[in-house]
Amino acid sequence: MTTAVRLRGVEKHFPHVHALRGIDLDIEQGEFFALLGPNGAGKTTLISILAGLTRATKGVVEIMGFDVTRQYREARRALGVVPQELVYDPFFTVRETLRLQSGYFGLRRNDAWIDELLDNLGLADKADTYTRRLSGGMKRRVLVAQALVHKPPVIVLDEPTAGVDVELRQSLWAFIRRFNREGHTIVLTTHYLEEAEALCQRVAMLKEGRIVALDRTENLLRAGAERHLLLELDPPELPAFLQSRLKGREGQHFVLDLPDYGDLEAILANLRAAGIAIRGMSLAQADLEEVFLKIMHGGAS
Amino acid sequence: MSGGFRTLLYKEILRFWKVLVQTVGAPVLTALLYLLVFSHVLSEHVQVYPGVRYTAFLMPGLIMMSILQNAFANSSSSLIQSKITGNIVFVLLPPLSYLEFFLAYLIAALVRGFAVGVGVLLVGLFFADIEMRYPLWILAFALASGAVFACIGILAGIWANQFDNLAAVQNFIIMPLTFLSGVFFSIHSLSPFWQSVTHLNPVFYMIDGFRYGFFGQGDVDPWLGLAVVTPFVLLLSGLTLVMLKSGYKLRH
Repeated sequence: MTTAVRLRGVEKHFPHVHALRGIDLDIEQGEFFALLGPNGAGKTTLISILAGLTRATKGVVEIMGFDVTRQYREARRALGVVPQELVYDPFFTVRETLRLQSGYFGLRRNDAWIDELLDNLGLADKADTYTRRLSGGMKRRVLVAQALVHKPPVIVLDEPTAGVDVELRQSLWAFIRRFNREGHTIVLTTHYLEEAEALCQRVAMLKEGRIVALDRTENLLRAGAERHLLLELDPPELPAFLQSRLKGREGQHFVLDLPDYGDLEAILANLRAAGIAIRGMSLAQADLEEVFLKIMHGGAS
Repeated sequence: MSGGFRTLLYKEILRFWKVLVQTVGAPVLTALLYLLVFSHVLSEHVQVYPGVRYTAFLMPGLIMMSILQNAFANSSSSLIQSKITGNIVFVLLPPLSYLEFFLAYLIAALVRGFAVGVGVLLVGLFFADIEMRYPLWILAFALASGAVFACIGILAGIWANQFDNLAAVQNFIIMPLTFLSGVFFSIHSLSPFWQSVTHLNPVFYMIDGFRYGFFGQGDVDPWLGLAVVTPFVLLLSGLTLVMLKSGYKLRH
C-alpha cells in the first residue's frame, strides 16, 4: 500500500534559521499520527512543506506517493490542511467559502457533501452567515470544513484545538475519528499532550528540527515512563527491603519505583509478612507529558 | 485550465462585485469630478485637435486612466488583503498552477478596469458626443494597457508587506505616470523639453493610442503606440510569471 506521507532527508534552511535538519518519516495510510514538539521545533514548517506552502531546501516529500513539487496537483488533491491561524475571507459567507474551496479543487456540484459537513460540524444554521461574524470556535469549524471539501485521503491539522472550548474539542475529535475509521490518514500537531495520547496510535517528537522520538504511543509511554507505586503504611515507616525503590514522599505516601508490575505481588506479600498494614495505595503511570518533558530535557533518545 | 482556475477567476470577480459601490461607483464618481472641473476650467484655454471639443477630448483619457488605476487596484488590493488576513492559503493549498493563478488575477483586474471604464463612458455620454471611430484600436489599447497595470498590481501586491507599500506605489509611480501622460491635454501644447520627457512615459502611448481609436487622430501613430505598449505587456507578464513560479513571498 502506498505510504500516506513519506519524508526522506528533508531539510529546511531559512535565512537565519535551520528549521529542519534531516527528517525521515513514513506515515502509513489509516494512521492517526501526532507531531509533538515545543514552539520552534519545526512542526509548522514540516506541515507547510507537506502542504506546498513552504519548499524544502533538500529531501523528498510525497503525499500518497505524489511528489509535492513535481506532482503538486495530485499531491494537493490528496491533502486537506487545517491551518493554525484562524483565517477567513471577509467577503464571503460560510456556504460561499465552502463552494469556492470545492471549486478550487475542481468540484462543481458539491452541495450534498457541504451540507453534510455543515451538519456534522454544527454549522448548518450558520451557512448563510458571513464567516467574519462567527466566533473563534465557529471559524475554526469552517476551516475544518474547508480542509475536507474534497474528501482528502490525508488530513493535516495544525494545532486545531488551540484556544477552542472543551465542547467543540470533543465534537471535533469525534468527527475526525470518524474520518479516521473510514480510512483517512490523520496527522496532527497539538500542545495538548493528552489529546495525542488519547487519539494517536503513533507519535513523533520534534526538537530543534530533528525527530528525537518516534514510536507507537503505548511504547513511548512504556519506555519513557517510570511507573510509581504510592503506599501509605501503618506504622508509617518504610521497611528496609523497600528502601532501594524509594523515590520520595508525597504527603503520607512513599513514592516507590515500580518498573515492572510483576513486582507488585512480591512487595505486598513481603509487607504482609512483616506485619505492616497498607492504609492507602495507588499506582501512578506517566502520561505522554512526562515522556515528552523527559525527552525534551534529556536530549535525543 | 482546470476547474480551479474558473473558480478563482469567479471568486476574484465576485470579490469586487460584492462591494460595487466602492470598487466601481467611487472611481466613476472621481472621473466625473475630473470631467466637470477640468472641462469647466480648461475648455477655453487648451488647444486640442481641430474639430474636437475639449470635453470630448478629455473622455478617452479619463476612461483609460480609470481602467489603468482600477486594474492595478484590483489585483494589488486583493493580494495584499489575502496576505495580511492570511486567507491567501485558501488559494495556495489547492491544485492551481502559477499560470492559472496569474490568469485569474489578470482577467479579474481587466474585468474591474473595464467595468469602471464603461461606467465612465456612460456618464460621459451625458456631457459630450463621443464617437468611436476605430473600436478595434480602442479594444486593443484597453486590453494591452489594462494588462500592464494588472501585472504591476500583482507584482506590487505580492511584493508589498503592508498597505503603506502599495500606497507608495500608487502615489509615486501610478499617479505621476498617469497624470503626466496626456490624460488632460495634448502634448503638442507642451514645451519641446516636456514633450520629449512625455515620450519616455509608456502611459502616454496607452492613452494616445486609445484616444486615436475614438477620434482617428493622436499625437503619435497608433502602430508606434502598440509597438511601445506590447513589449511592456510581455515583459511584465513574464516578470509576474517568473515571480509566481519562484513562489516569492508566497511559498517561502
